[in-house]
This record gives sequence, structure tokens and C-alpha cells, in this order.
Amino acid sequence: MNARVPISRPKLVVVGNGMAGMRTVEELLKLAPDAYEITVFGSEPHPNYNRILLSPVLAGEQTIDEIILNPREWYAENGIALHAGRTITSIDRARRIVATADGTAAPYDRLLLATGSSPFILPIPGNDLPGVITYRDIADTETMIAAARAHRHAVVIGGGLLGLEAANGLKLRGMDVTVVHLMPWLMERQLDRTAAQMLQQSLEAKGLAFRLEAKTEALIKGESGRVASVRLASGETLAADLVVMAVGIRPNFALAKSAGLHCDRGIVVNDTLQTFDPRVYAIGECVAHRGLTYGLVAPLFEMAKVCANHLAGYGIGRYAGSQVSTKLKVTGVDLFSAGDFTGGTDTEEIVLADPAGGVYKKLVIRNDKLVGGVLYGDTADGAWYFKLVRDGRSIAEIRDRLMFGEANLGDTGHQGQSRALAMADDAEVCGCNGVCKGTIVKGIKEKGLFTLDDVRKHTKASSSCGSCTGLVEQLLMATAGGDYSAPAKLKPLCGCTDRNHQEVRDAIREGHLLSIPATMRFLEWRTENGCATCRPALNYYLISTWPKEALDDPQSRFINERAHANIQKDGTYSVIPRMWGGETNSSELRRIADVVDKYQIRTVKVTGGQRIDLLGVKKADLPAVWADLDMPSGHAYAKALRTVKTCVGSEWCRFGTQDSTTMGQDLERALWRMYAPHKVKLAVSGCPRNCAESGIKDVGVIGVDSGWEIYVAGNGGIKTEVAQFLVKVKTSEEVLEYSGAFLQLYREEGWYLERTVHYVARVGLDHVKRKVLDDADNRRALWERLQFTLDGEPDPWHDMAKARIDTRQFEALAIA
Amino acid sequence: MSGGVAIAVAAPASASASMDSTFIAVCSLADVPIAGARVIERPHHPDGNVALFRTAANRVFAVLDRCPHKGGPLSQGIVYGDRVACPLHNWSIELGSGSAVAPDVGCARTFPVNVERGIVFVALG
Repeated sequence: MNARVPISRPKLVVVGNGMAGMRTVEELLKLAPDAYEITVFGSEPHPNYNRILLSPVLAGEQTIDEIILNPREWYAENGIALHAGRTITSIDRARRIVATADGTAAPYDRLLLATGSSPFILPIPGNDLPGVITYRDIADTETMIAAARAHRHAVVIGGGLLGLEAANGLKLRGMDVTVVHLMPWLMERQLDRTAAQMLQQSLEAKGLAFRLEAKTEALIKGESGRVASVRLASGETLAADLVVMAVGIRPNFALAKSAGLHCDRGIVVNDTLQTFDPRVYAIGECVAHRGLTYGLVAPLFEMAKVCANHLAGYGIGRYAGSQVSTKLKVTGVDLFSAGDFTGGTDTEEIVLADPAGGVYKKLVIRNDKLVGGVLYGDTADGAWYFKLVRDGRSIAEIRDRLMFGEANLGDTGHQGQSRALAMADDAEVCGCNGVCKGTIVKGIKEKGLFTLDDVRKHTKASSSCGSCTGLVEQLLMATAGGDYSAPAKLKPLCGCTDRNHQEVRDAIREGHLLSIPATMRFLEWRTENGCATCRPALNYYLISTWPKEALDDPQSRFINERAHANIQKDGTYSVIPRMWGGETNSSELRRIADVVDKYQIRTVKVTGGQRIDLLGVKKADLPAVWADLDMPSGHAYAKALRTVKTCVGSEWCRFGTQDSTTMGQDLERALWRMYAPHKVKLAVSGCPRNCAESGIKDVGVIGVDSGWEIYVAGNGGIKTEVAQFLVKVKTSEEVLEYSGAFLQLYREEGWYLERTVHYVARVGLDHVKRKVLDDADNRRALWERLQFTLDGEPDPWHDMAKARIDTRQFEALAIA
Repeated sequence: MSGGVAIAVAAPASASASMDSTFIAVCSLADVPIAGARVIERPHHPDGNVALFRTAANRVFAVLDRCPHKGGPLSQGIVYGDRVACPLHNWSIELGSGSAVAPDVGCARTFPVNVERGIVFVALG
């Protein structure tokens, strides 16, 4: 593949071989593998490792080898020159050269500073004694492990996240540990007082001792020359053979500053992670962005993505700051906090406190949005709450259930489990792909997976039906400390672009874009002709936004919508003809029976949508089967209107109040051939006994004596969701208009592959009501636009030319 | 609709010169949809059919019509760049090499293709 690599490439030098720097390089390699000749300098003698997992190493739960993220082979494979154990001491920006103290120099065209941070050393007497260390890297960890073997007493100064993890690890390695903390309660930057006290109690039960509101005055030398004790301002003296300072970190910006780059508490960068010298980028704990510095890993990853994009020359994307969450990695202590958990005068709190049961939860809400929270004792829903914080969506409609957690966890496929941590290692999490908990946890640890997408790609868990997504997120949270993917709102549509679904929809509408190539050009797609993820989405957005103008592109549709039948595991297809409202007759049944015999169809199955499924049809037979059936396409293969399920209603039923069958048939005739972001199912019941199961449909209609009730956004699949009441109307014409208007709104605003339940959860039922109920003109306009779209739409089974079906697909090429 | 699109002619000498196996004409280039595929049927062959792909950039590839994952018919997948996404479980296969795109691991057999004067020749070996 050398042919495509230009002989002389620009040089990228990365100063800092930690998580931020290497994540940026990884992202860059994904976007533009050959753009640079890359050289990496790192002060530590190790390849890049997962610093977050040093605590489990200290606690003896993992080894150093297990937390290496990029082994040396990775650098070699990607042609990266690695100088591990070499510290850059000067930058000559005029000549564009960096150099180490021993004179090793490297020229650069672009420079990336990822120098991280250093632990803060208290300016007290004795801070340089042997046995006094900080907690930052592998060397510190190894020193602590060695000290635990030879010594007895340890004092950890600092009761924050890092200090407590260090204290716990040293305790587990057999030392007597006292934590000295300046503030009135532990982890005051992540916890409120109540949660902190519960934490303290459980750590005390593990044998740790605490001195709160205690100031360290001096470290006293013993006879051996090593530290022997710690003297507090109160006068108390604590025996100490090992002192770990964990009182905070300071961004490392001395190097940048000495090179004349503007620094203020960190290396100052803009939203593209550029410093004041446009050739020099900076990222991670060493930077100050919009006046803030970050010490957690999630923001680094968000920065890395943006920085890599600009280094690759795409110039898309800005870093706008991060929401952060914290998970204490002390086995047996469940603690989670995120966002603004202290609140203020403009916030409200929902609190659940069960001190005896060891559970405390506080959720902080501002303007109907979850802005932060603290969980103690039961953190299973941490991932979900954190997602709500990042997505910033309104929680008004779920407020009453919010405290009880996870609403997006599927109901099936994992034995009803909703608490991943309580599951055994061999318990199946993903019922589709048969992935058990142990495999996922192992993958997260060994492959260094940080996002849900990573886990999906590498383990296949949660990659099919998605029912177990919540459980996988819980495992990510527990193992890696959180799901570090971008919030859904900002998530790019796919790897071909940095645009999200909404931006693409908006651009197609505002730019009057009419084809996939035009859209890709306009939005600067990175790939020549997209991928299997973006093309179907773009095709739908085009035809739904510009009906009769944008041409359908069958090659950008999934096979089912290209062949107008459902592909099966053996490569044959299933055919489901439409039966209006689930009603059929002898002549249709006779034709079906004849087709089954003539084409030797193996299985005939009654579907849940009141139709008949013919399974095992050879692709070559499809056109003939359709013709012989002489029934309309059931669109059972499409992101489109599927069925309108009905009960027999007042025509037959002694309880029926309305003619639900006719209503259902009218709806189906009005709405069939309607493509949508996802499949759409309707039901009409003739009385509140609701035999057609209207409560779990995208649109469910229930007849009552005085008219019809319309429910929307129900779902009977992965996650059973009860439909929400939209409106009650009197006439069947109104049922058509209101249902049609709701579905058109969903067609125009929904993101591809978003079911109505998720669409309504995203925009809020109030939004739907404003557009469909309150504004009668808008409702009629929506309904008219849907009718305009559907007018003249062909039945693909019987008008293949108009439906743009490529009939060559039904004929195989024969060889002599 | 044409009844038979198969064109069984002997490969021109120039097409088979560099290969051990014989190139067989299977169809004209125009018979293969752009960013699509056709199936070359091999009814009695133990390995089954071969998928003939034509990319948006007009490159032509022949790959065994069986995904290395669970045997899905690759010919039915969405073709993008020089790849196809298997219709069953969305594995991506490099059409040039037949290899699955990481992190998936697997390989489908590929066959040499030659297009001359609008006719597609495949060496099915």
C-alpha cells in the first residue's frame, strides 16, 4: 500500500504519550491514516496505558500488563516513532523543532502538546523525604506496592477520589491507613455531605481511619532517614512509613509557557484545540479551555475527536466543554456523581434517603432538565442519569418516575435483569448474540473500550436489537467509569461525517437538496459514496422531505426494501400480502394456497399483525408469487406502514361500541405505502376492552360510545411502552386527520431508525400536541402533505417500474 | 425482460494469459447495477454461488456469495466504496480482498475479474 503514501509527509510531533495524546492519534489515524509522519515523546518508559485503572492495579485486582492501551507493536504497526522515557524540554517555535535535555531533536509541521498534569506537592517541611510520594503513574503505583510489603503505616493526604482509591488499595495490601482531609467531608467536589458520610462509614467498616478538617503541618524524618510520622496542625502525630499526597493536580504547562505560548492556569486553547500558535495544538489535562481545566478522561476523549478532525484537515467540529461524571473505583462501595449535584436557588432536588439500607440518591433539576446527581449504594442507573444530563432533554414527562431509574432498558432477552452488577459473570447480557457479562467486562478491560459503540463492535453485545443497551452501559460505568460516547444529540450520523441526524435533516430542507451525492457534497462527506449506515438514512430524508422531487435510490436501501420481501437466514425471502384490517376472504385464501403449492413454499405462518406470512420463497420466484397472489404488498419488509390490527367491532361483537374493522381498513387504505423513519404499526379496537392491543402501537385507536380515543408512541417490541393519550375525537374523518397529522410530523421530524416512542420521548408529547392539537391549520397542512406524498405512490409488487425496482436482481447469471 | 442474460463465450487469449484458470464471460458490464451486484449461479458447486459486484466508481469484483460470518448472501448487501455490508448481520467485507473489516475477522474467497470491451470475464477457478 506504499503507493498511496506521498514520499514526504508533514511531520506531527506529539509531546505526551498518555491517554489524551494517543487518543488523538488514534482518532487521526481513523480519519487520515497517511496524513502525517508521527513522532511521540513520553516521559514515562511505558507505552500508553489506562491511567484510570491504576487503582485496581494498586488494589491487586488487575496487573500493569492488563491496563496497557497501546502496546509497542501498535506504534510500530502504525509507523509511529515512539520515544518512551524521554522528556521534551524545549520548543523552538521559529525553527519548529522540539528537543529533549539530552539533545534529541525532532522537527515538526504540527505540534500536539498533551503534557497532562502533575500532582500538587504540599509546601510543607519534609515533603521531599524518602517514603513521601504522589499518586499519578505506574512508578508511584509500584512504589506503593513495594512499600506495602515492607512497611506498616500509611497516611494519605487528601480525601478526594484519587486519595480514597489509594487508601483503599494500600489497605487491601495490608497497611494501616489513615486519610487526612482538609475539608469537613470526603470528596467534597463530587459529593454532598450526606453521601460523603455514608461513604466514610463504609470505608471505616473496611478498616480505614479518617481525620477530617485536618491540616498537615509537617512530615517528620525517622532514624532511617525515611519519613516516620505526620504532624497535624491540631498537634496530633500519626505514624507514617509511607505518605501519599493526593491533594490535587496541576496542569503541566511550563514547557508551553517557556515557548511563549499563552497560558493561564493551563495552555489556553480555542474550540478547535489550537493554542495561540496555529501550528501548535494542545489537549487534555494540560489545557485551559474557556477558563476551565479538566482532570477526568471523558472530556479528553471529546477533545481528541475534535482535535484529530482539525489535524486531519477536515476542519469540522468544535469542542464546547464537557459534562463530567465520577465513579469511585473502590470494590464494594457504589458511588456515582455527575454534573451539578449541589444545586442552587434555581434548582430543585429529588432525594431518596435510606441510611439503614445504605442507599442515598439525589437528583438535581433545573428548568425541567436533569443537571446532576449523586448516587450512593445503588448506582445502577448512573449511566442513564448521566445520559440524561448530557442529552439535556426535558424530563418533565418522566419526572414522577425519574427516581426509580432506567426507563430505556429493554424488557426481554436478559432474564428480566436490570442490575448488571448483580449478574454472574456467565449470565447472558445480550440474548441476541449470546454475549455474557464476563466477556463484556473482559473486553472493556483488555481492549480498552470506552464507548457503547466500541463494546458493540468488539463484543457484539447490544449490537442487534439493543434491548440490553442499558445493561452494557452499566457495565461500562462500573468497569471503565462511564460511557464516554458523545451525547445522542451530537452523535455523528456515521463515520462518514461529523454531522448528526438533525443537521442532515435541516440541511436537506434548507438547502433544497434532492439527491444523495448532492447532500454528501454539500455536507462535505468524507467518503466517496457513504456507507451502509448513512445511505439509507439520507435516502429516507430526501424522499420524505421532497416528495415527488427527490428520486428514490433503491441501491441505498437495505435489501428488504430493494427486493420488497424479507430476507431470511438462508437467503430465501418471506412474502406477506396485505389484508386490509386483517380481514380476508375465500378467494384470497385460495390464491394463497395455490401459490404455496405452486412455488413449494415451506412454511405458512399467521403473523401477529393479522396477516399470512409465506416463508422460504426463492428470490427468483418473487415477481411471479406477487402476480399470482394478486394482493397488495404488505410492506412487512419496510420502514413503512405495516399493519392496522383490528378487532371485529360493533358489526359482530356484543360489546362493540364502534365499527373498528371499517375504521382500521379506512386508516390502512389512507396510509399504506407510507415510508417512515422506522416501521409503523396501528391498531383499532371497538371498545375499551381493547382486543386489538391499541395500547402498544405507534398509533392506537380505541372506540368508545361517544367517539374515538387516539393514543400514540406505544411499542410492543424490545421495550414494552404503553402508548400515551393524545386526543379524543368524534368522527372517523377526525381519526384519519389526527392520526395522519401525527404520523406526518414523525415522518418530517423523526431521525432515521427512530421509532415513534423514541421520537416522542425526544421532542416531548407537548410538542406533538402543539403541532397537531392546538394548531388546527398546521394539523390540516400536515395531513395534506401526507396525502400529497402518498398520492400516486405505486404498489411495488404490481408496478415495479414505477417503484424503480431493478428487476435484474431476480435473474441469476448462468454460466455454461 | 430478457429471458437469458448469460453469455457463454470462450475468454479471449489476452484475458487469460496471466492466469492459470480460465476467464469466462459472464455478462456485459451494463447488466450489473451500479453500486449493486448480480449472482453468478453455480447450482452444483459445493461452495455455492459467486457475487459479481460493480461499485459506484465502476470497479468490478467477484466474491463468493457467502459471508464468512454466517453465510449470508453478500450479493444482497449495500455496496459502498469498495465494500459490501452483509444483509444478515451487517459485517463489512472488502471486495478486493474478501476480508472482513475489523474488528470482525474472516475472509470470503475472491475471484479474478477482467472487463474488456464492456464484457465481464471472471476466473472461477
